Amino acid sequence: MTDMTAPAAPADAPRKGSLLEQDARTKRRNAAEKRFEVYGIIAVGIGVLALIALLTSILVNGLGAFQQTFLNVEVEFAEDRLDKNGNRDPADLAKVSTFGYKPLIEGALIATVDRLGLRPDGMSDGDIGAMVSNEAAAQLRNRVLADPDVIGTTHTVRILANARIDGYLKDRVDRASAELDGNVTPQQLELTDRLQAAGVLDKAFNWDFITAPDASENRPEASGLGVAILGSLYMMLVVLCLALPIGVAASIYLEEFAPKNRWTDLIEVNISNLAAVPSIVFGILGLAIFINFAGLPQSAPIVGGLVLTLMTLPTIIIATRASLKSVPPSIREAALGVGASKMQTVFHHVLPLAAPGILTGTIIGLAQALGETAPLLLIGMVAFVREYPDAPPEGFFDPASALPVQVYNWTQRADPAFVERASGAIIVLLIFLVAMNALAVFLRRRFERRW
Amino acid sequence: MPLLWLIAIVIALAAVGAVLGRRRALASADGDARRLHSLPSYYAANVGLTVLTPALGLLALWLLIQPLYVDWRVTELIPDAAIPETSTRGLVMSDVRRVAEGLDTAIQQGAMTEDEAARLQTESTDIRERLAAVGVALGSNVRPEVLTAAQRYRDLSGTGTTLMAVAVLLAAIGGLAVSVLMTHRDFRARNTVERGIMVMLIAAASIAILTTVGIVLSMLFETANFFGQHSWTDFFFGLNWSPNFRGNSDLGIIPLLWGTLYISFIALLVAVPIGLFSAIYLSEYATRRVRSVAKPMIEILAGIPTIVYGLFALITVGPFLRDYFAQPLGLGNSGSSVMTAGLVMGIMLIPFVSSLSDDIINAVPQAMRDGSLALGATHSETIRQVVLPAALPGIVGAILLAASRAIGETMIVVLGAGAAARLDLNPFEAMTTVTVKIVSQLTGDTDFASPETLVAFALGLTLFVITLCLNVLALWIVRRYREQYE
Repeated sequence: MTDMTAPAAPADAPRKGSLLEQDARTKRRNAAEKRFEVYGIIAVGIGVLALIALLTSILVNGLGAFQQTFLNVEVEFAEDRLDKNGNRDPADLAKVSTFGYKPLIEGALIATVDRLGLRPDGMSDGDIGAMVSNEAAAQLRNRVLADPDVIGTTHTVRILANARIDGYLKDRVDRASAELDGNVTPQQLELTDRLQAAGVLDKAFNWDFITAPDASENRPEASGLGVAILGSLYMMLVVLCLALPIGVAASIYLEEFAPKNRWTDLIEVNISNLAAVPSIVFGILGLAIFINFAGLPQSAPIVGGLVLTLMTLPTIIIATRASLKSVPPSIREAALGVGASKMQTVFHHVLPLAAPGILTGTIIGLAQALGETAPLLLIGMVAFVREYPDAPPEGFFDPASALPVQVYNWTQRADPAFVERASGAIIVLLIFLVAMNALAVFLRRRFERRW
Repeated sequence: MPLLWLIAIVIALAAVGAVLGRRRALASADGDARRLHSLPSYYAANVGLTVLTPALGLLALWLLIQPLYVDWRVTELIPDAAIPETSTRGLVMSDVRRVAEGLDTAIQQGAMTEDEAARLQTESTDIRERLAAVGVALGSNVRPEVLTAAQRYRDLSGTGTTLMAVAVLLAAIGGLAVSVLMTHRDFRARNTVERGIMVMLIAAASIAILTTVGIVLSMLFETANFFGQHSWTDFFFGLNWSPNFRGNSDLGIIPLLWGTLYISFIALLVAVPIGLFSAIYLSEYATRRVRSVAKPMIEILAGIPTIVYGLFALITVGPFLRDYFAQPLGLGNSGSSVMTAGLVMGIMLIPFVSSLSDDIINAVPQAMRDGSLALGATHSETIRQVVLPAALPGIVGAILLAASRAIGETMIVVLGAGAAARLDLNPFEAMTTVTVKIVSQLTGDTDFASPETLVAFALGLTLFVITLCLNVLALWIVRRYREQYE
């Protein structure tokens, strides 16, 4: 590093050597210059690399969640098992629990394996039956309850294979790890290969991952994001309906009407502080005020929506004020000049011109709210919810989950298959965020006016 | 849902009133709109607002106060003797509420009549079974006091709801009558409406203050509760954090603060140089093409939700650090560690530091750069000796803001840092933070009377105070710095 204030070489000292040749000091300074630039490139490179590593890690881990392993087996819906009285009375049918269906499916799979002669040496019936997901029996039962006419007939049904078999097809499980794993045997994997070759078992796109509700700890293969997506959607609706009008009203007041006094100063300071308050503090606020004090139900989208509204308000207010500020004063003066009141000027002229900016800011605020997790943990959104919430407005008060909370939930479970699910859920979340941000960019490009 | 109906009726009344008001105004001017003081739509809006505002305001207020009043009256009904030793009044009250809601459900489904529900006796009916039949599961058998209280609860709520409907409708009709009668061609409708809208705008702007007050009050009350049950010296100076849900726990904040600060320190160690250098490079060196690619990519990092960073820490960074650094160096075998959380949090903070520094560096007047370059300084010398010293206060502000972010960050540390509170220097050891403990003490089945739960509010308040101080300080520095060059 050179010190600029240090006295340079005496001016009258004659320079030795050629001007075209750099002396040692110039070389040093130029090298320092080069180094400094390289540091900058390295810093930018690290940032970009981190982004790439982050996205790759999520994609590599998560893409598998969109594929699922299914077994195609012919199941006989035996009347003597499912409807002993033979009268198709829904009450009687409902009495047969999933335990009544399990042997049907397992038997069907065993029969298929034996018919095709695929059974590995010495593999027991129990091991073959265990390859089916626990969820399959429940799915079959729902099908029978919805349509009792299938009883007594034989149908080919697509049922879920269990998480370990699914993991084998996705290279998460191999024979070496199966030796150590109590939930899967190498023989089952052998049979999986044979079944796949015979076309009984296949891997296909899994719509249920997006539409189905969450499933319990030991059946990751059946868990989906349906309730979480719906819950997030409801919360976003609440945020949109509350934060947009309140945020716009607040910004109009602060930008167009507020006199410079203590009260408006206080409001300004509060808004800039709220923008920097840790999100978890909003969760504590929601828990204490909305749940404990106002008595709203836990895990409800309405509470989540309210908390996220308070969090998003500063973002929307800051964006709205910026876009109100960018409307040139000549517009206001022209309106006032032809006799509009101050209020008419703002609502008839300034606000419509600022609308694209406001919309962009709102979408970005919503995107932020969509990814927020910490405050939702505190208001009970972590609960295990299998029921879809009703249609709004009652649905706002039903328990639901939320996308980012579902990710957190799945990371807390033991089965490694849930890591894949959590990453898959992140991909869905990121798709939503990219779509929202793309919409915001599009709106900005299309409608924003430069004055 | 009768509430929805009530709101619908009020809105319908407002709409009818608006039409009436407009007609009356025009009639008073003999159908000539030019002789009115305001545009006809303002007369309509005036009536509409006068119907809606008092009625809906009353409704909101009533909905807020009624449950409190009913609770207070019903709580009086429960004698001290009826509260079991292992329970509290609050728990008994929640039983009462559950029974009352159960009875409501039963009536809704037609399993019981209104009359029957009011006359139920614990001696003659098994209430638990009757309610289970309609899908309401109760934890235990219903005791007679609880049932009486529940019946009283329903009674009071029912009367309250009826009264509320009547009062709201009266307010709406009153507003309608008054405002329609007031409507006349000389009535200054525009001014009235604009004043009303102004009040609404001010109310919306004041929500920011209400939120802050809400945050502070909600935490202050519970924190006071906590210090009533637990010594404050242990909380602030205790070196041990071991909550024990049977009571008698050590709840010292020092280990949590240590973890928080350690992780934040590592995060800043990552984020500040990288963020600062990328800001310098992008604003002073990069060509337009490089900037147009690299800048958005770094900004994408800012738009990614923290849960994504958390998962990245949990499944990628944690195992990587454990397998390639911690285990070979013999420093531990934990995937979640201070290093994991700090590194990932540092990545999260890069765009934050870089965009703030970018603004600040750009705010340094070009004349200062030109002067330095004219004296023969190289580009980097200009940046190091002229631009950076001038921007220093702003950069310090940016770093403080980043620190406040790091201290309040939750999801990355929940997934990446671990749950064990310890005072240790080894960065590959799992440690925990204030935010992690807030989450763990407040999720799951918690009893809001025990110090182990209430401590979360004290932690939250501490966190709020720390971040608030950092923010205020940072904003002050940044603002003073901006003024310097404007």
